[in-house]
Amino acid sequence: MLSFRSVLTGTLRKEHRGGGALIAALGLRKSAAGVMLNPSGLSPVSSSRRTLCGLSAARRGLIQRKMTENGVASRRGKVLTVDTMNPNVKKVEYAVRGPIVQRAVQIEKELKEGVKKPFTEVIKANIGDAHAMGQRPITFFRQVLALCSYPELLDDPSFPEDAKNRARRILQSCGGGSIGAYSASQGIECVRQDVARYIQRRDGGIPSDPDNIYLTTGASDGIVTMLKLLVCGEGESRTGVMISIPQYPLYSAALAELGAVQINYYLNEEQCWSLDISELKRSLAAARRHCNPRALCIINPGNPTGQVQSRQCIEDVIRFAAEENLFLMADEVYQDNVYAYGCKFHSFKKVLFEMGPEYSEQVELASFHSTSKCYMGECGFRGGYMEVINMHPEVKAQLTKLVSVRLCPPVPGQALMDLVVNPPQPGEPSYTTFLKERNATLSALAEKAKLTEQILNTVPGITCNPVQGAMYSFPQITIPERAVKEAKEKGQAPDMLYCMQLLEETGICVVPGSGFGQRDGTYHFRMTILPSTDKLKVLLEKVKEFHQKFTLQYS
Amino acid sequence: MENGVISHRGKVLTTDTMNPNVKKVEYAVRGPIVQRAVQIEKELKAGMKKPFSEVIKANIGDAHAMGQRPITFLRQVLALCSYPELLNDNKFPEDAKNRARRILQSCGGGSIGAYSASQGIESVRQDVARYIERRDGGIQSDPDNIYLTTGASDGIVTMLKLLVSGEGRGRTGVMISIPQYPLYSAALADLGAVQISYYLDEERCWSLDVRELRRALNAAREHCQPRALCIINPGNPTGQVQSRQCIEDVIRFAAEEHLFLMADEVYQDNVYAEGCEFHSFKKVLFEMGPEYYKTVELASFHSTSKCYMGECGFRGGYMEVINLDPDVKVQLTKLVSVRLCPPVPGQALLDLVVNPPQPDEPSYATFIKERTAVLTALAEKAKLTEQILNTVPGITCNPVQGAMYSFPRITLPERAITEAKEKGQAPDMFYCMKLLEETGICLVPGSGFGQREGTFHFRMTILPPMDKLKVLLAKVKEFHQSFTQQYS
Repeated sequence: MLSFRSVLTGTLRKEHRGGGALIAALGLRKSAAGVMLNPSGLSPVSSSRRTLCGLSAARRGLIQRKMTENGVASRRGKVLTVDTMNPNVKKVEYAVRGPIVQRAVQIEKELKEGVKKPFTEVIKANIGDAHAMGQRPITFFRQVLALCSYPELLDDPSFPEDAKNRARRILQSCGGGSIGAYSASQGIECVRQDVARYIQRRDGGIPSDPDNIYLTTGASDGIVTMLKLLVCGEGESRTGVMISIPQYPLYSAALAELGAVQINYYLNEEQCWSLDISELKRSLAAARRHCNPRALCIINPGNPTGQVQSRQCIEDVIRFAAEENLFLMADEVYQDNVYAYGCKFHSFKKVLFEMGPEYSEQVELASFHSTSKCYMGECGFRGGYMEVINMHPEVKAQLTKLVSVRLCPPVPGQALMDLVVNPPQPGEPSYTTFLKERNATLSALAEKAKLTEQILNTVPGITCNPVQGAMYSFPQITIPERAVKEAKEKGQAPDMLYCMQLLEETGICVVPGSGFGQRDGTYHFRMTILPSTDKLKVLLEKVKEFHQKFTLQYS
Repeated sequence: MENGVISHRGKVLTTDTMNPNVKKVEYAVRGPIVQRAVQIEKELKAGMKKPFSEVIKANIGDAHAMGQRPITFLRQVLALCSYPELLNDNKFPEDAKNRARRILQSCGGGSIGAYSASQGIESVRQDVARYIERRDGGIQSDPDNIYLTTGASDGIVTMLKLLVSGEGRGRTGVMISIPQYPLYSAALADLGAVQISYYLDEERCWSLDVRELRRALNAAREHCQPRALCIINPGNPTGQVQSRQCIEDVIRFAAEEHLFLMADEVYQDNVYAEGCEFHSFKKVLFEMGPEYYKTVELASFHSTSKCYMGECGFRGGYMEVINLDPDVKVQLTKLVSVRLCPPVPGQALLDLVVNPPQPDEPSYATFIKERTAVLTALAEKAKLTEQILNTVPGITCNPVQGAMYSFPRITLPERAITEAKEKGQAPDMFYCMKLLEETGICLVPGSGFGQREGTFHFRMTILPPMDKLKVLLAKVKEFHQSFTQQYS
């Protein structure tokens, strides 16, 4: 299964460079079955690709042939094949849940079935999924959600009054007093008001208008929606969008799907993944030759790179966007996840407004937040919001229309978002517990960020920037020449080969750097720092041991 | 301006420079009329005098907003999943606790706050497959063919997205009924696909005629590449329930014409009319024998938002794919992984819908009572709506055999049509807007769903409680008469 996936990816990648050679290399021939499967006269490349993909192409061919004899319909094969499907979807890649994770799931099943492995459990450090890693939900949030789900509990004396009040307020703003009703497409009005007030507090009083808040199905939904609005033109005038490399692959996936042009700007690994305006300029100038750059995406704190942007840097970016007439998209889902001494989260909105009306009245900005990260880690609820600044009123009307087609973001997620932006206040019964739980999570994360950096940096051949924020470490790994060569022969990225071996030998699932993008010739992996400290120590020890063994094996 | 580097260039994003496909998207169910309704509600709150005291939003199938109570069992389990400390509370019945434990056990870290697999929680997909098997009299369903979704809309858009390719005459065309649920036209516009309209036969209770399918297909072949056929059964907005024979004909047509079938079956429990029965496309397909069930590609959709539960806010749903090319399935799984997972509370809810209390369990009696009460009331309201509307001269209304809407035809006086056209409005939009301003009743004009030229309709949901529905229908009657008089 695994090798089939990687071969498939390899084939797709090489297709336009002449798949014939690859097919020859793989020793495949155009079988009768292949022809049967491709009656519409497709190229040998695609027909062979199909033979590659099936579980047993020959068997499928037989079935197909048999049906042809008595069936009207079967002559023509499938309506929907990889050759006739949306070509943009084919280009989409999302490494965070890619082949390595599929293999991890398979290994988990094998373990359950009693297959012997050199480990007893799979540790999925591939994704920032806090609860899956054992983090406990915040009591107050879950109490309110239970009350909203089953309002009969409002009579239960064991729930604190502040939780009940929050639940009543949320229910009152739901149609028919039920979180089972659709909300307004933009989100429940009182939740949007609470979000606006939260932003105002966060940004030292800079006003936020609830009409500029759109609740979303996780931050991803908001990001894709904004990108969709921005895409137009053909050929050299096609919309280009600047994204950091390394990036969170939602961006590259969304751009591929929308057929927009991805413009890479590289973060500076030597300076703790900082963003350099001269690099933005270089990349923009290069892109202007073949597309129409219209937007600049920033992830702060960084994913997968964990840097926290300085205020100065944000200002520079805003000035750059203003000068170059770019729409700014600020992905700030890790805004509470700042650990390093001297680092502080500054929102793009705040810095924009502090730069004066010349900027605050002009620069178009969308910023994104979510219930999935920070101290709550409630990924499953798919809650989030975006705030749009200086958006043209007619475009805003189009945005509102567009989101209305999907009716509304999940209401439990909206309720949760409300609690995140309006948590227990001093004087309320749940305040102490809330604060204790929140701080416990955040200080544990800070410790784990430090621990991860320290241990990884003791391994010869691994170098790791400090995890200033977010939830990941993205260390650079030295891969021996022989391993690089072997990977290439297999049609695999070298860090994919590395991560796949790590998974098979230790049960640890991390994502290869190639899934996020990296400078040519460098290799990385992303691992989350979320496992409990004990487990994290074991994990890091195992990575250390594996890396040494791997290096030895291929030297 | 003078000192700004930037300002002379204006906005980056304007209606002239935005995605042109998005501009073409229209979604009447939440269109201008609903925006006006929300505004009127605010005006009422602000103390403005109106000829009515409340806005009745009959524009959308939003059961709870119309006062329908949630099913106790479903909400108990959701509360338990949200706050597992309640598992120690003896107020909750054992079957609810067992369901909650089972759901939590299949969540990462035992929390519905963890991401699920992109395709959906495995145990939920297994329960969905078993539900489909029971529903379809034992025809097999494979959990690997089940994808949990964020409401049915999400699944439908995803499938359409996979299908779209080509340019010019090679561009994918998708057949949709007229009248249609405007998610389809909106999604096709967004994707830049070609909408192929086939008309339902209003004279025969909105039935589907294969000849009309053929006419539409042949006409479309001149300018695009028709690749899919969408069916909504029971019908939205038209409320018809397709006969088994008709479904068979459609499947045969799809097979002959090499079309991918998409069956929107979210109203599968909402069948009221005597002699009508819901038949799933899957079941009919398999009963037609291997010649069909081994070849015809089918995606069918279901949701937690309709039927007797009406849990719209949770955005739960699933799709089942049949005969999907394995390579395409890999692509589908990859595509849905980008959005990580459907909302987990919605997945949990769906699990309860497909695996409700069983006869020997403590919650069974209450569950059946609540479920039956909702469905019986809906059946009554379907009948009442049809009857009352048909007493109004100038309104004719097909029986509401299923789903949650009536889609009556309205006769509009020539003068009203002229006035609407002068205002650049669709005549039935003009009508509905006036109805809203004068009575507070919010309906959706037929033009938002599509209709034969020169005919006018509106869609109203039958969901309001009986008393309110009666008032609503009486007001519509009165309004229609005064409108007709005014413009005659």
